[in-house]
Amino acid sequence: MKNPGLKTLGILLICAAAVPLVLPGPFYLSIATQVLVYGLFAVSVNLIAGYCGMVSLGHAAFLGIAGYAFALLTTSTGWPLWAAIPAAVGLSVAAGALFGLVALRTSGLSFLMITLALGQIVWGVAFRYVDLTNGENGISMPRFQGLLANGTGLFYLCLVVTGGCLALVTILAGSPLGASMQGVRDQPRRMSTLGYDVWRIRYAAYVLSAGIAGIAGVLYMLLFRFISPHTLSLTVSSEAVLMVIAGGLGTTFGPIVGAALVVLLKNVASAYTDRWPTLLGLIFLFIIVVVPEGLLPGARRLMRTLGAHLATRRGPTAIPATPVKEARP
Amino acid sequence: MFWINGLLNSFAFGAILFLLAVGFSLIFGLMRVANLAHGALFMLGGYIATSAMGLGFAGAVLAAGAACAVFGGILERTLIRRLAGRELAQVLGTLGLAFIIADQCLLVWSGDPIAQPAPEALRGAVGFGGIVFPAYRLALVVLALVAFLGIWALVERTTLGARIRAAVDDREMARAMGIPVSRLFTTVFCLGAGLAGIGGALAAPIMSVYPGLDSEMLPLALLVVILGGIGSLTGALAGSLVIGLVYTFGQMLLPDLAYVILFLPMVVVLAVRPQGFFGRQAA
Repeated sequence: MKNPGLKTLGILLICAAAVPLVLPGPFYLSIATQVLVYGLFAVSVNLIAGYCGMVSLGHAAFLGIAGYAFALLTTSTGWPLWAAIPAAVGLSVAAGALFGLVALRTSGLSFLMITLALGQIVWGVAFRYVDLTNGENGISMPRFQGLLANGTGLFYLCLVVTGGCLALVTILAGSPLGASMQGVRDQPRRMSTLGYDVWRIRYAAYVLSAGIAGIAGVLYMLLFRFISPHTLSLTVSSEAVLMVIAGGLGTTFGPIVGAALVVLLKNVASAYTDRWPTLLGLIFLFIIVVVPEGLLPGARRLMRTLGAHLATRRGPTAIPATPVKEARP
Repeated sequence: MFWINGLLNSFAFGAILFLLAVGFSLIFGLMRVANLAHGALFMLGGYIATSAMGLGFAGAVLAAGAACAVFGGILERTLIRRLAGRELAQVLGTLGLAFIIADQCLLVWSGDPIAQPAPEALRGAVGFGGIVFPAYRLALVVLALVAFLGIWALVERTTLGARIRAAVDDREMARAMGIPVSRLFTTVFCLGAGLAGIGGALAAPIMSVYPGLDSEMLPLALLVVILGGIGSLTGALAGSLVIGLVYTFGQMLLPDLAYVILFLPMVVVLAVRPQGFFGRQAA
């Protein structure tokens, strides 16, 4: 394999496949599945925020649109799963295609503000359009049959889907289109001068990202069988951005690492306190102030700084081999 | 009657939106910081005012404004400054703070909505040629216009305003000329946060205060700024008016889809004029 990320992904997938054999019970298996579902959602945010440099704070809209569509199509309309799944994801892609036309008129902070506003508009519809969405009470789905009824089966399904999408994004990131995305992120003007259609590259990434978020939305419904406006809230969009930043923007496995961190913290914290939003805010501040480049690279940097600090204390001879202070992104 | 009442309600809601959005817009225009804690400050202002009613209505509103201004100043000094030059980190920092503020409000004031009666002097109605208006909403419109004129005079007619304008145009040059840009930042942040707090306090009698108010108002403020143009005072007023009209009439005519209709002015403005009505540069 040419792509080193892909090789690592393959190894990790094989390791992950052993997870259900190791975990002590269905509760832990459900958490592992949650990591995969939120991880896929974070992968979609990473595609646009990490590789294209356009941070979206409204991605929960795509997760929610697919989730609601899937729930409504299967329960009220009675569509079979095989028809409802592509329809739900298709609806997310369509919403992405529409929102992209609006949001990508701008970039940077304005893009962030517009995606936030768009996300909240969709949230408002889910909240207020009670005839369709059942408002605050949300929609529950009946238990699934066959493979999906069983936690282990669902875990493997999510593993295959998330792994597949991650492989797709990794291949994309190594492809000419991926290279041009990163070019547009770092040097939009230069890319434009070189003849690249900056808008079209961003649009392609945004719509694809909406589609992946839609797939995550379907997995979300398969796992939780319940959706309410909360799923489309700013909190959920922000959690995804936090996952991506915690794991490292624009890295292959960052979103999964970040998702694991946030899901675990959320589950552990819920045992002790119901002040999750405060904790979420504090984690946000901690990551942004202390390790803005992501937890793993940040921890490495802190260790180096600490090591250099200790070395200078011991004597003046030790000179750090690597620059102690890195340029922050 | 339906239309005239709707118009007045739109103007009253627009007045609240203006107080919220103008601070956001000033801060963004001067510092390039999108303060996503603005909605949370608005809600905090509302809560503080309902708890401070012992000071009388005007006193409570001012107390809420002052508390939020101090809070905003501390926020700027401790967090925003530390992250100077890192736009994304600043935005996400204010977002994290918004979660903390909203959650702590829930802890302190519980989850039940707090209804705040209007001050007694403004509880009645005012009649003009057979048409009756609620006095409080009329007063809100007047207050917003006064605030607009006050901020306009501050920005256009005082030395402080001249310094702010200079710093908006060219921060480095302003600093080189001896303008204390860093102190200006804190001042503007205090001002913006204080206005949000006052807005929240004044909104309490017509909207009441409840958890989630912050995330309901924040996107509206963002829409106002996107529509009006970032950093523009007149733009904030015009944008508030448009969003106030669209939102209020949307809720009266198509309550299910009031939010979708908000999409329309944004689409039109971004398609025709991405920098907003009065924005100078593309957003």
